[in-house]
Amino acid sequence: MGETVPETGEFLEVSIWRQQNGDGHFESFQVPRRDNQTILDVVAWVQQQADPTLSYRFACRVGMCGSCAMMVNGAPRWTCRTHVQKVAEDNRLEIAPLRNLPVIKDLAVDMDPFFDKWVAAEAVFEPSQTRDDPMAPITPEDPMRIAASDAIECINCAVCYAACDVVAANPDYLGPAALNRAWSLVNDSRDDGQDARLKAVSAEGGCHNCHAQQGCARYCPNELNPTVSISGLKRVTAKSLLGWGR
Amino acid sequence: MLNLHLYMAQRLTALIMVPLTIGHLAVMIYAVQDGLSVAEILARTQGSLAWFLFYGSFVVAVSIHAAIGMRVILFEWLGIKGAVLSAISWGLCLLLLGLGARAVWAVTFAGAGI
Repeated sequence: MGETVPETGEFLEVSIWRQQNGDGHFESFQVPRRDNQTILDVVAWVQQQADPTLSYRFACRVGMCGSCAMMVNGAPRWTCRTHVQKVAEDNRLEIAPLRNLPVIKDLAVDMDPFFDKWVAAEAVFEPSQTRDDPMAPITPEDPMRIAASDAIECINCAVCYAACDVVAANPDYLGPAALNRAWSLVNDSRDDGQDARLKAVSAEGGCHNCHAQQGCARYCPNELNPTVSISGLKRVTAKSLLGWGR
Repeated sequence: MLNLHLYMAQRLTALIMVPLTIGHLAVMIYAVQDGLSVAEILARTQGSLAWFLFYGSFVVAVSIHAAIGMRVILFEWLGIKGAVLSAISWGLCLLLLGLGARAVWAVTFAGAGI
């Protein structure tokens, strides 16, 4: 299955983080460069053609599942939708596991802390009605619905979490994704868990730790802006504290 | 690190400081343009409850605001946490309060008898 000369005649110099049980290091690979090649294609080539022990995570390959995010040349990216030509500098790539999350092996990180924080932020729908009740009428023009829509297309890839300097400095910080989800639920009129949610996002690791640097918004592959969502949470919790409603 | 109460304390003290800072700058420019001497300035501030409240509230706001800001920096950049972090934050707050209160007292009531 050895690769011959690629159609472009070029090779990529790829450094990939290798880690198992503790310390890690970068390992270099030469990967044939192809047209329309994604970062995930590069990683898959290495695993299939050069070193089958390379561990990484992916599923859908079309930017829907949020499984394949990695650090590419120092920036968090969804690798299945990131073209090599967009990020390679002088045909060089450095691919590492997502920042701010513990490494399981090589490029695969443990996502538990990320999802645990979704639960800690009460970023889970709490229904106010049963399936026997009539459907709640929510018009597309409803301002709350519009605010929810702005935050709703998250694919849980943790790119924002890896981009966030506050998460790096404060491991207890809930992070942009969990708070973004909490904000979309604050704007869900069918939800019955608002008091617990506002309390959760107001605690020590909550939304008030955000410095609004917008690393999350800069790197979100779906072009969401969690900073705006977090600002919404700050506004709502402040109003709630002052007794001005929500 | 920052919970809702600390966040609100920092934001509300910022709100207090904004008009007071503008007022302070305006008075400074006015005083300099008129060429007021130290004695003339002190003559206006000594015994003045208004100036005591003006700068007194500024000092209180600064002490709270700066201590909370430093608390975040100490935690995020130096990794100081827990009781030590709280002790340093409170210490900084009280230090700023003490220094500021001493200055405010000196220009308003301390020298009233001089």
